[in-house]
This record gives sequence, structure tokens and C-alpha cells, in this order.
Amino acid sequence: MTNHWVDIRNANIIVVMGGNSAEAHPVGFRWVIEAKTRNKAKLIVIDPRFTRTASVADHYAPIRTGTDIAFLSGVIRYLLQTGKYNKEYTLAYTNAALLVNPDFQFSEGLFSGYDEATRKYDKATWSYQLDDQGFARRDDTLQDPRCVLNLLKAHVARYTPEMVERICGTPKETFLMVCEHLAGTAAPDRTTSFLYALGWTQHSIGSQNIRTMAMVQLLLGNMGMVGGGVNALRGHSNIQGLTDIGLLSTSLPGYLTLPSEKETDLAAHLAKYTSKPLADGQMNYWQNYPKFFVSLMKSFWGDNASSDNNWGYDWLPKWDKGYDVLQYFEMMSQGKVNGYLCQGFNPVASFPNKNKIVASLSQLKFLVIIDPLVTDTSTFWKNHGEQNDVKTEQIQTEVFRLPTTCFAEEDGAIINSGRWLQWHWKGADAPGEAIADVEILAGIFVKLKALYAKEGGAYPEPIMKLSWAYANPMEPKPEELAKEMNGKALADLPDPKEPGKFLARKGELLPGFALLQADGSTSSGCWIFTGSWTQAGNQMARRDNTDTGFGNTPAWAWAWPANRRILYNRASARPDGTPWDPARQLIKWNGEKWVGSDVPDYKLDEPPGSAMAPFIMQAEGLGRLFALDKMAEGPFPEHYEPFESPIGTNPLHPKVVSNPAARVFKGDLADMGKADAYPYAATTYRLTEHFHYWTKNVRLNAILQPEQFVEIGEALAKEKGINHGDMVKVSSKRGYIKAKAVVTKRIKPLTVDGKTVHHVGIPIHWGYEGVAKKGFIANTLTPFVGDANTQTPEFKSFLVNVEKL
Amino acid sequence: MQVTRRQFFKLSAGGLATSTLAMLGMLPQNALADVRSYKLLRATETRNTCPYCSVGCGILMYSLGDGAKNAKSTIFHIEGDPDHPVNRGALCPKGAGLVDFVHSENRLKHPEVREPGGKEWKRISWEEAFERIARHMKQDRDAHFVEKNADGVTVNRWLTTGMLCASASSNETGWLSQKFVRSLGMLAVDNQARV
Ligand code: SF4
Repeated sequence: MTNHWVDIRNANIIVVMGGNSAEAHPVGFRWVIEAKTRNKAKLIVIDPRFTRTASVADHYAPIRTGTDIAFLSGVIRYLLQTGKYNKEYTLAYTNAALLVNPDFQFSEGLFSGYDEATRKYDKATWSYQLDDQGFARRDDTLQDPRCVLNLLKAHVARYTPEMVERICGTPKETFLMVCEHLAGTAAPDRTTSFLYALGWTQHSIGSQNIRTMAMVQLLLGNMGMVGGGVNALRGHSNIQGLTDIGLLSTSLPGYLTLPSEKETDLAAHLAKYTSKPLADGQMNYWQNYPKFFVSLMKSFWGDNASSDNNWGYDWLPKWDKGYDVLQYFEMMSQGKVNGYLCQGFNPVASFPNKNKIVASLSQLKFLVIIDPLVTDTSTFWKNHGEQNDVKTEQIQTEVFRLPTTCFAEEDGAIINSGRWLQWHWKGADAPGEAIADVEILAGIFVKLKALYAKEGGAYPEPIMKLSWAYANPMEPKPEELAKEMNGKALADLPDPKEPGKFLARKGELLPGFALLQADGSTSSGCWIFTGSWTQAGNQMARRDNTDTGFGNTPAWAWAWPANRRILYNRASARPDGTPWDPARQLIKWNGEKWVGSDVPDYKLDEPPGSAMAPFIMQAEGLGRLFALDKMAEGPFPEHYEPFESPIGTNPLHPKVVSNPAARVFKGDLADMGKADAYPYAATTYRLTEHFHYWTKNVRLNAILQPEQFVEIGEALAKEKGINHGDMVKVSSKRGYIKAKAVVTKRIKPLTVDGKTVHHVGIPIHWGYEGVAKKGFIANTLTPFVGDANTQTPEFKSFLVNVEKL
Repeated sequence: MQVTRRQFFKLSAGGLATSTLAMLGMLPQNALADVRSYKLLRATETRNTCPYCSVGCGILMYSLGDGAKNAKSTIFHIEGDPDHPVNRGALCPKGAGLVDFVHSENRLKHPEVREPGGKEWKRISWEEAFERIARHMKQDRDAHFVEKNADGVTVNRWLTTGMLCASASSNETGWLSQKFVRSLGMLAVDNQARV
């Protein structure tokens, strides 16, 4: 979230789209209700199903799954055509006026630079026109046909209300009603808050779903505002943290990038990621990349990293491509992987095409399960009848299962959607011989290191040089690790403003990332966490709930970055420093510096009226309506059909139906179904009473929702002769599940491109392990294709057939 | 009012009753006592965070047994933290069942192995588990580590073993996992951000 949970109460319009917060984030949803009751906010829900969120909404718009970009592009068209957007904000704070490369083009579903053979774009033309200083050219009159705003207008012109209805199945009047409500928040004293979750990410076009909404928010002037923002309601309790710490194939902590093999030395890597300003007078914060990178290297390798060895650059692995889970299970299915460690993760249930996952795991030599609970993955080698019909004796995988502590039995911090690092404390001992995850990692690592010391082997350097300065090497303590991430001064850091004074003395924990250096005099394992554990103690453990205004509680826990609660908050004021809305002034200029109820997201002593724009992480300081080369499938969002489309075509450009830049493996393409055999649009989701695949192990939740079911609308049920409570078989090209049918009024057929489209709803929470009634794994049905940018699987849009049993 | 809310809580019944009463403006002068409050009085209260969704609701865990005299401490009650600015004492049906997660009959208790082709789990010691896993990893890494790519560029990567990292583990576990995987040269690293 750019904002935070309590801040939702400040919104005037709340749109829940690509999510169902009343069921998936029930307690956070109270702030939506607060906004309704206290602020007279209107709640709008846009979803294929009439969810529990929809049931308390002021307006509900049905939409076919996988067509959100068409809907939101229609909204953008409406805003631009009617002129109902915040023009001052758009001109000053977005790249609307910047001029785009004359060779950039879009036609017939493809942007310039496409290569069909590799399914990739050459993005050279997805750029600005630059002047001789290397700054982007701009036309503040917005007359130049190549300015971003005019190109955007032309791009979205096709998304008329009629086209939206044809693609999305949303009645035109309902769509226009939503447009009007959103347009009302272009007023400087009104905001929209968008809440979304995996209902947007789990598509082959997931990242662009979110981008389209972010563009709406920029046009409305809602970014940086109290009660505004782009609010991702993350799916797991610490997926924010794990992402922040860079546990992804090609990432490093704090959104640094792991070097690729193209960056053959440190200088090449730093040159690539140290950003150069695209406009005069900008903060261009990524110019500090080398400080964060070198400080990370010092945390990784300690004293072993020095300028002589490029801070241990060679010790990092270099990638040729991303090894996301889809890529890796594809390799595993081909027998190219030997070992796998699953820490608190249940891939058999969590990944698409369960049968492919099980077949792939069966090819491993060894599998290590690290978990507090029994998972379906840990017993993938057992025959569980129809739900997992394998031949145990043929599976040669050696499986280790190691018990860990759960949340209640350890100290540490996890990060909620509002980016709050909340420290928690151990309340009991773990059962049996279970130990903490870090002790397991340490146990394996210390053994490995000893083996390498004794026997030698392949490139032992990084193992031997890794900093492991824990009081007990077998048991690194959460405090030690948290301080290591925060970072410290490795030498006295003199204060450049006051000779003889120091910003920090050698050995001290650093108060903020502004102190980090690129010369090896500081360490920090995750620069965005710097300030979370300082000389003053553990900031994440703070529990003062004083409200400093607008529901902001800055002394409760600690938020990254710099304890800032609302990102981009400089944009809450006009360029001249006056607030857009005096009733929600978050920060102000006091004549010397910016102050306020939140930590200003700006250079503190940069006076109002300067050239410095508010989006300080961007090279031009502006919110991007045109994404340059940052997205895989284009700088503007475009509607592409799900890989399994119930209409089998794209009404906008029949030759380019689905995301042209999405990666699909050959075997998986052959495993895609067509609407003739699998006519219904299916989507998977969570229920209020369960969490993912864990709570099937929890008695209370197993009692509340004991048995697997699927949801079918009354019209389809009637067509198929299915009654409420009948057993049905739901199949995709990849497999089938059997479950009870819940026949409901909450799913209605939609008319799409002249055809009737039925949705089938598939809750995900069952499996062959657990204390709940055994069930089928929902992901038996889902397709093995991901978003072109993130490789998030397309769980929310695929095709099935339904038969009565 | 003579008792603070928190003192009142310590003296009287559970948080739900407390906050409801307080909300109705009925905080009594004299605290009530009942059997459950007696148990809570002896309990240790520990702050934690719900490990399920990303609302990050604050919870209070009540445990008995302090580890002395070989008495393992055990949690018997979990409820919402009334001081938490987001959940203010509330929990959803997921969070409300947390104590059953802590004590699930499906909690793993001992290291185990399933041998190739085997039909059952076999209990092993931690020492044996670490020994065997480290041996597997070293064998695979030594056999398949790639120091240079086809162009002779130093790449130092190990592609034949990968790791999935837990979405509910702490930042601290995440950081140690990052150090662990990268020092070994792993690139097949992922977490639940996508699923
Ligand atoms: S109690 Fe419910 S809403 Fe709160 S964090 Fe847990 S799962 Fe989320």
C-alpha cells in the first residue's frame, strides 16, 4: 500500500476491484465501513461475483474475469474526454507533457519493436525525446501530438462504453455510473482509494491491471493524498517483507537487482542501476544505488569485502534469465533439477497444474520440507486416491521433513500491507523437537562450510567468506539479524556540515539510510529498513498508538521507508506548497523545511516552487502515464484476453488475442483448453473462514468450513440440471476436481461479445492433508502461464467444464 | 475511574468483554472476578501478530508455565490486541482460531525422512538430518556449479538446486535465507508474493 489500513477511512470513494477485502482481509475492511459511516464514502465493487464485499457496497458492477484493463482504460477515456481529471496535478506531477520518441507506435495490438520469434520487445522506441543535456523534452501547452497525454488519449479512444460492455459484459449504464463517481474525486478535496489483491495480480496481464488503476489515480490527483493511493492488500502476513528482502530469483534486498551475467564487473552493474536524471533539478533517488549496494555487500561479506575485490562482486551468482517457479518447475519436469528446499511453502497446492508439479517433484533427488505443519507437498509421494494418484514405490525422491517453530514461538518482525514492521515476541516453546527456521538454515550452512573446509569443492569462496558473526553460529538471534539489516557505521562518519562532529561513530547502528556510503564505511542488509533498529533501540517494538492526525500512528511499530506512512506525500500539496485540500494537509513548508504529521517524502529543505517534482524515485520526478521501458508488454496498458478465453478472440485485435510478451512453455501451450470443450470462465479465491492451505490443519476453521465446494450461478445450474448440494466434476484441460455444488444468485451470466458467459467460482482451501474433510487441490485445474513481468500464475482466469456426478 | 483499562483487563475477564463494556461507557469501579480471569491473572501475556493475512492484526497470547521446573510454557488463549490501531481488539474467523493452529494435531514434532521409493516416514535426529542434507547439497553443487558461462564470463551460479522461502517467516529469517542462498550461488529462489 502507498497508504495504510487506517487511512482508508479518509477516502470519499473506495473501489474494491481485483480483491474481496471483506472476506480475505476482514478486519482491515472495517476501515472501509468507517469511511462509509463517518465520511459518507461510497463503496464500489467491481467483480465477477457478488461477494460479501459487494453485499455492503453502494454500487456493484459485474465484470468478466480478466478484463479489468478494458474497464479501466474506458475510465481513462471517460476522464480525458470529459476533461474531468485534475489538470494541474496531471501537468505538474505526471509525465503527461513529456514528448515521446517519434518512432514509438501501437497498431493491431502490438507496440513498436515486437519480435514474434522470441515473444519479446525491443524497447528502444519506448522512450522520451531528449534534449542535448539528456533531459526529456516537454510541451506544457499539451499541443504536441507526441506528448504523453495526447498519445494516451489516442490509445484509449477505442475503449468506448460500448466496447467496455462488449469485452467486460458490464452494462454500459453501470460502467458510466462508476466513471462518474471516480471523476468526482478529481476535485482537489475528494479522493478515491483503490483496494486490490491477488484478483488483479494473478493474470497473464496482472501488472498492467494495476498500472491502469495507478494511471487513473494519477489523473485524479489521488497519489500522495490522505485517503488516496494504490493499495495492494497483500495475500500473506509477511510477503511484503520477503519481497522487500529480495527473495526472488533476480532480486537483492531493498529493491536492488542481483547482477546479471551481462554486467561483467561491478562498474557495469552500478552504471546500469545508478539512474541519471531525465529532468533538471530532480532528486532522482536511485542515483544513490552504489551506496545501498556496497553497504549490502559489507553486510554479506563483512571485512572480506573491500574495494580491492570490488566488495565481493564475483561471489554473487550472475543470472542469464529469471528462475521463477514456473521456469524452475518446467526445468524440474525435464529432469534438470536435483534438489529443492521448501521453507513454509506448499507448492503442490500453491502452484498451477498440480499434476505437473507432482510429476516434477517426483524427478528430484532430494526435497527438504521446512514447516510447522503437515503439507500436501511433504506427502506428494503418497497415494491419496483420486486426489493424488501416484505410484509411491516409483518415486525415488528422498524427502526430509523438518519441524519449525510457528509465529507464537519466536521473536521477529513481519510487515503488513501498510509497510509496518511489527516486532513480535515468543510466547511459548515449540512442540517436540521443532526449532526455528534460522536454526535449520544455520545447521545446514555450518555443516556445509565445514565440509568445504575439509574437502574443498566447487568454488567455496562465497561460502567461506560469508559474514556469520553471530554469538552462537548455530543459532543466529533475531536481534542480531535485525540489526544486521538495519546496518551500522564501520568507521566514524563525519558530519559534512559541522567539522569535528559526527553523524555516527564507528560501530553505531545507523538512524537512517541517508547515512549510507559507497566507500565501505557503512553496512546495511536492507537499506529501506535502515532506521528500524537504531542506537535508541528497536523501533519496530514501539507500541504507542497516539494518532497524530488522519489516523496516522507514527509511534506504533515502524514503517519503511524512514517511518513514512503515506508514500509520495509531497504530492499532497501543490507545487507552490499549498495543500490540494486544506482539510487534509499532511505536510507543510515552515519557511525552512517540510514538516507535518507524516515524514515528508521529499528533500526536507527544498523550498516550494522549485523544479524538484514529488516522485523522487523517478529519474524525471514524475508519475508515469507512459511507463517507458519498465513493463514487458508495453508502455501503455492494453487489453489482452486470458490465455484460456471464453470468447476465443480479442474484439480489439483478433490477431493478437492474449499477452504477446507472456512466456508460455510448449507443453503448457498444448495444455490450454478451448471454449468448445471447456466453455465456462473459472476463477479461484479464498473464503473468510480459511487462510490458504494452512487452516485445513486448524480445528476451528475446519469446523467452520469443513467441506470443499464450487459456486455455480442459478442459470448454469438449471441448464446442467445441477441442484444445490449435488456433487459435480469440474475439469480443465489439465485435470479435474470433484466437489459439492453451491448454486447461487451471486454469480450471474454476462453477455460478452454477443455470447453468454457463465462463471464458475472455485475456493482454494482443500487438499489431501489436514484435519478438515479431504478434498481436491483446486490448482489441479489452473493453467501454467504467468504475468509477463512477474510470472504470477493466471489463477484468476481460465476455462472449465462442469458435469453433474 | 480508578482502574486503567489495562489494569481492569488484568483484573477482570477477557478483552472482548472489556472492550464492549468500555465502549458502552460501563467501565465499573470495582472489577469483576470469575474463574477465567483467575487463569488469565496467572498467565503471561505476550504480544504477537496474526500470521495469516497482511492486515497484521495485533494479538495477545496467554500462556502458562514459565519454563522452570521443566515446565514448557504453553499458550491457552489468543485474542485481539485492543491497543492495536488497525484491529483494535478484533480478529476475523481466521485469527480467532489461532490457538488451534499453535496446537494443531498436524504440527510437526521431529525431523523425519522418507527414503527413495519408501512408503513411510522414519524419525531421525537433527544431526543426521543436517549431515545428510548438507551432503546432498554439496554433492549436487560440486557436480553442477557453473563458474563461467559459454562466453567465459564469471557467473558462479548453481542451478540444479533451488529454494522456496516462506511468506509467514520473519524478516530476520528472510535475511538469513537471502545470505544462505546467494552464498551458495542459487538463482532459483522465490517466495509466495505471486501465489
Ligand atoms: S485476524 Fe484476520 S484480518 Fe486480522 S490479520 Fe489475521 S487473518 Fe487478517
